[in-house]
Amino acid sequence: MSSEQTADLGAGHEARVEHTTDIEIRLLIEAIYLKYSYDFRDYSGASIKRRIQHALHQFDCRTVSALQERVLYEPAMFMQLLQYLTIPVSEMFRDPEHFLALRREVVPLLKTYPSLKVWVAGCSTGEEVYSMAIMLHEEGLLDRTMIYATDINPTSLERAKQGIYSLENIRAYTRNYQLAGGQSAFSDYYTAGYEHAIMDSRLRRNVTFADHSLATDSVFSETQLVSCRNVLIYFNRKLQDRAFGLFHDSLSHRGFLMLGSKETLDFSAYSDAFETLSKPERIYRKL
Amino acid sequence: MNRYQAVVVGASAGGVEALLGLFGALPSHFALPIMTVLHLPDGRHSQLAQVFERRLGRMVREGQDKAPIEPGIIYVAGPSYHLSVERDFTFSLSQEDRVHYSRPSIDVLFESAADAYGKGLVGVLLTGANEDGAKGLVSVQQCGGLTLVQDPAQARIAIMPEAALALMRPDYILPIAGLARLLAELDTSAC
Repeated sequence: MSSEQTADLGAGHEARVEHTTDIEIRLLIEAIYLKYSYDFRDYSGASIKRRIQHALHQFDCRTVSALQERVLYEPAMFMQLLQYLTIPVSEMFRDPEHFLALRREVVPLLKTYPSLKVWVAGCSTGEEVYSMAIMLHEEGLLDRTMIYATDINPTSLERAKQGIYSLENIRAYTRNYQLAGGQSAFSDYYTAGYEHAIMDSRLRRNVTFADHSLATDSVFSETQLVSCRNVLIYFNRKLQDRAFGLFHDSLSHRGFLMLGSKETLDFSAYSDAFETLSKPERIYRKL
Repeated sequence: MNRYQAVVVGASAGGVEALLGLFGALPSHFALPIMTVLHLPDGRHSQLAQVFERRLGRMVREGQDKAPIEPGIIYVAGPSYHLSVERDFTFSLSQEDRVHYSRPSIDVLFESAADAYGKGLVGVLLTGANEDGAKGLVSVQQCGGLTLVQDPAQARIAIMPEAALALMRPDYILPIAGLARLLAELDTSAC
């Protein structure tokens, strides 16, 4: 970027001079925290920087400082920026092997509980929630389960509540559903329109959608299963540890944790607090 | 102290052969970490690291989220996720949009590594039928790093190196053997 030039203050200063854009990004993230209480300070830096630069183009701002001014004075602008700062990439039964392992290894143990609470943390636009609900329904557990579906992005949560997905993705979802051990036809769970599939509202009868931040909020309920997939890769290690702490505190004795296919407890402060149930499928159990 | 701290390499079509040629020609004591994006079909698993390790007899690992970047290791990006370098010289993964239809993207690795390593970075762009990597190599140059491009006349597919040459003047344009010799000379820490 043109604003990335290092000030020429002589060789001795060179190493200490921070790039202007980096200073601006830190200030923007601090401003967002102070003004709107959204805390991106411990997100992975490389990804946040790319997303802010992407937003600069979209909003036609020449500098991050210009974006910051608009974000501070126009709350609607912040809500738009939030769509860039969060990554709503999801699909139904993503990594179907994980759901298959969940069904085979974890569900038989969940069936021993008289009632269940499941937390889908960072649920984005809801694909993970409906996948979980369908699996629990097929295993006869949905009626005695309460699912908490949380995210920081209210726009994503609203879409999750509506449960309306583009029909062009349904073919891939159907394949995932079958690979994940689905026992019925995936089409049993939605009504197809011209361009959209509307998920069966009975699937979300026991779902509570709620605004919750893994960065700033605390535990709200005891749960037996936490699923948090492809959320933690956007956090630095400190924030990952905070999230693992929340999951640990929320889970009941011998509760289960499922992560994304590239996420691990291995290097975290909580690696000794869980045992690995399935390493390739990233399923852990609280000790 | 070594001026150069790390190497990033990008390749697409024809890349397996080019990468094996390049890495195979490096001295066994080559100590700089090498981070590689080779465009891959989508999927959950890739055997690339194992295949390279077997063929090269060197330590090759898939770049894992939050793992520290260590000397003497060749890292490859796994499928379906972008691989970035953080300021504390650890990796991070992300599922942001594809860049030039690619995830992992060479631009994403190069731009983040340029941010982290600055003039301590060497960027190498090889064969490919795609323009990913050209902007990334510009970032490496803007941050003071050294830029190397495979001679398009010798590349299996010239589109990727030519896309870079259309945007910038790299420090060196060389065939694979020349790139390997140059990299070996840059790694003074092992001598």
